[in-house]
Amino acid sequence: MFLFSALLFGLAGALEYIIPGFWKDFFSFEKIRPLHVSSAVFWILITAIGCVLYFLKEHNNQNLKQQKLIRWAFYIFVLSFVGILISYSFGIFGGREYWEFNPVFSIPITVGWILFIVVFMSNFKTLKQQPVYLWMWFTGVLFFLFTYLESNLWLIPEIRNHLVKDMTIQWKSYGSMVGSWNMLIYGSSIYLMDKIAGNKTYSFSNIAFWLYFLGLFNLMFNWGHHIYTLPTQPYVKNIAYVVSMTELFIFGRIIYFWKSSVSDAKKHFHIGSYRFLIAADVWVFLTLGLAILMSIPALNIYMHGTHVIVAHTMGATIGINTMLLLAFTYDIFGNQTTRLKTEKFGFWLINGSLLVFWISLTMAGFAKSYEQFNNPEVAYGEIIRQLRPWFYVFFVSGCGLVVGFFMVVFPLMRRWLNGLKTLEKSSNSE
Amino acid sequence: MILIINSGFFVVLLLQKLYFFRLYMEKFRIKFIVFLVLLVTFLGYSTTLYFTQTEQLAYPNTLAQKGKMLWQQKNCVSCHQLYGLGGHLGPDLTNVYSIRSEAYITSFLQSGTQVMPNYHLSLEEIQAFIEFFKYTNTTGVADPTSFTKHFNGTISQQ
Repeated sequence: MFLFSALLFGLAGALEYIIPGFWKDFFSFEKIRPLHVSSAVFWILITAIGCVLYFLKEHNNQNLKQQKLIRWAFYIFVLSFVGILISYSFGIFGGREYWEFNPVFSIPITVGWILFIVVFMSNFKTLKQQPVYLWMWFTGVLFFLFTYLESNLWLIPEIRNHLVKDMTIQWKSYGSMVGSWNMLIYGSSIYLMDKIAGNKTYSFSNIAFWLYFLGLFNLMFNWGHHIYTLPTQPYVKNIAYVVSMTELFIFGRIIYFWKSSVSDAKKHFHIGSYRFLIAADVWVFLTLGLAILMSIPALNIYMHGTHVIVAHTMGATIGINTMLLLAFTYDIFGNQTTRLKTEKFGFWLINGSLLVFWISLTMAGFAKSYEQFNNPEVAYGEIIRQLRPWFYVFFVSGCGLVVGFFMVVFPLMRRWLNGLKTLEKSSNSE
Repeated sequence: MILIINSGFFVVLLLQKLYFFRLYMEKFRIKFIVFLVLLVTFLGYSTTLYFTQTEQLAYPNTLAQKGKMLWQQKNCVSCHQLYGLGGHLGPDLTNVYSIRSEAYITSFLQSGTQVMPNYHLSLEEIQAFIEFFKYTNTTGVADPTSFTKHFNGTISQQ
C-alpha cells in the first residue's frame, strides 16, 4: 500500500514539473511531496522491520518471543503512518526537509520503535559469536531511535532559534537515520546471500566486520556532505569530507569482485530474490559512485540544490532499498513461481525505467547547474522551463516504473494471500 | 576534531593487527572495543554540536520566529530551498531579501504564482515572512557560485 502510494504521488508530483500548476488549486505540491516522501519512507521502514523479524526467527530457528508486542508495534506504526498521510491532505505539516510530519506523530512512532527494540532484544541474548548481520540489525535498531529523537531536537527553543545550528542538527539526524535503516536492510541482504549460498562463511569473516565498521563509521560521521554550503562549523564539513572518502574502499571492492559477482549472478539468476539482490548491487555501484563525487566539496557545489541530488536519492531508495526489500519478500513469500513471464518482464521494466529515470534527473541537474554558473541572470522559472524535456523523460520513465512494480508486486501479493488461505485451511482442518 | 576521530579509530584497528594484542583479546572483545570507541566518539561529537553555538545570531525578534514557524506550517520547503536544501520546484530563498525588494516578496506572497497557490496570508503573516527572510539573509550567502574551490577538493567563501 505504501509503495504504491509513494509511486502514485511521485507521478502526481512529476506532473507539476511538466504542466506547472496542474494540481495547484486543489492538491498543490506542498501536499504531494510529503505524501510521496513519507509513503516511501513508510514502505522502507515497515518492510525492513518485518523482514528483520522474519529473518531473526529463521536465524534462531524458533518462533519469536513477544508476539503481542509485535502486533502492538505493527498497529501503532500503521495507524501513525496512515494518520500522517491523512494529515497532509488537511494541510497539517511539520515543514522540515525532507521526512516531515506534525511532531505530535513522533510520540506513537517512538513508542512503536521502543516496542520493536524490546522484541528484538528479547530474541537474541548476546553479540558474542554472532554473524555480522546480527550486529548490523542491532546497530540499525538502536541508532534509528537515537537519530529519530535527535531529529525532534528542533522542538527545543535553544536549537530552533538558531537557523544554522537547527539545520546542522537536522541534517545530522536525517543523514544518520538513513544509515540506520540501511543497516537493517543491508544486514538482511547479507543474511539472504548466506542463505542462498548455503553457508555463513561470509557473515563471520573479518572482511564482513571491517566493512560493517566502515559503514558504521560513515553512518556516524559522513552526514556533513549534505551541508557543505551551509555556514556551519568548518570541522563538520572537513570530517564529512575525510570520512566520505573512506567509501572508496567499498567502491574499490565492488570493482575488484565484479567478475566473480557476475559469474555468481549467472548461476543463481533464476531465483527471484537473487535477481533483485544483483540489481541492487548494480545500483549500489552507480549510487555510491555518485555519492563519492558529491562528497568532494569542490564538485558538490555544482550538484547541490539540483536534480542530481534527487537522482541520488531515487537511486538509493528505489535502486538499492526497494530492490533489496523485494528480494526479501520474494524469499519470504516463495521463489517458486518467479519464472512467470510478467514478473520477469516487470523486473526488467523496473530496472530499465529506473536507469532512464536516473539519467534524466542527473542530466536535468547538470543542465540546471550549468545555467546557475554560466547564466546567473536567468530567472529560476526560465531555468525550470528549459529543463522540461528532461522532465518529460523523467515522467514517462516514472510511468514505466509504476507499471513494472505493479507487474512484480501483484503476483507477490497473490502468493501471500494464497499462503494465508492455505494456513487458514490447515489450521481449520486441525 | 578530524584527528581525534581518525586517530581513535585507526589506533584500535592497528592494535587489532598486532599479534601480541591478539593473544590478550579474543575476537569478540576487539569488535566490541571498536564498536565502543566509535560510539563514544560519536556521542562526544554529537554533544559538542548540541552545545556549540554557530557564528550566526538567533532570530532577532518574535516576528522573525513567527516567520520561521509559518515557513514550516505552510511547508514552503517542499518547493523552496534554504542553502540549497529543500524542494526544486521554486528558487532558493536564503538571500531573497537582498536579491529582491520587500515589495517584490510581498506581491508574490499576496497573489501566488502559476505554480504557487495564494495562501491568503494576513498582512502580519506577510510581515513575519519578510522578517524571516531578512534574518536568513544575515546568516550567509547560499549562491554556489560564491565559493572558491581549492586543489585539495575543499571550498571556502569570503
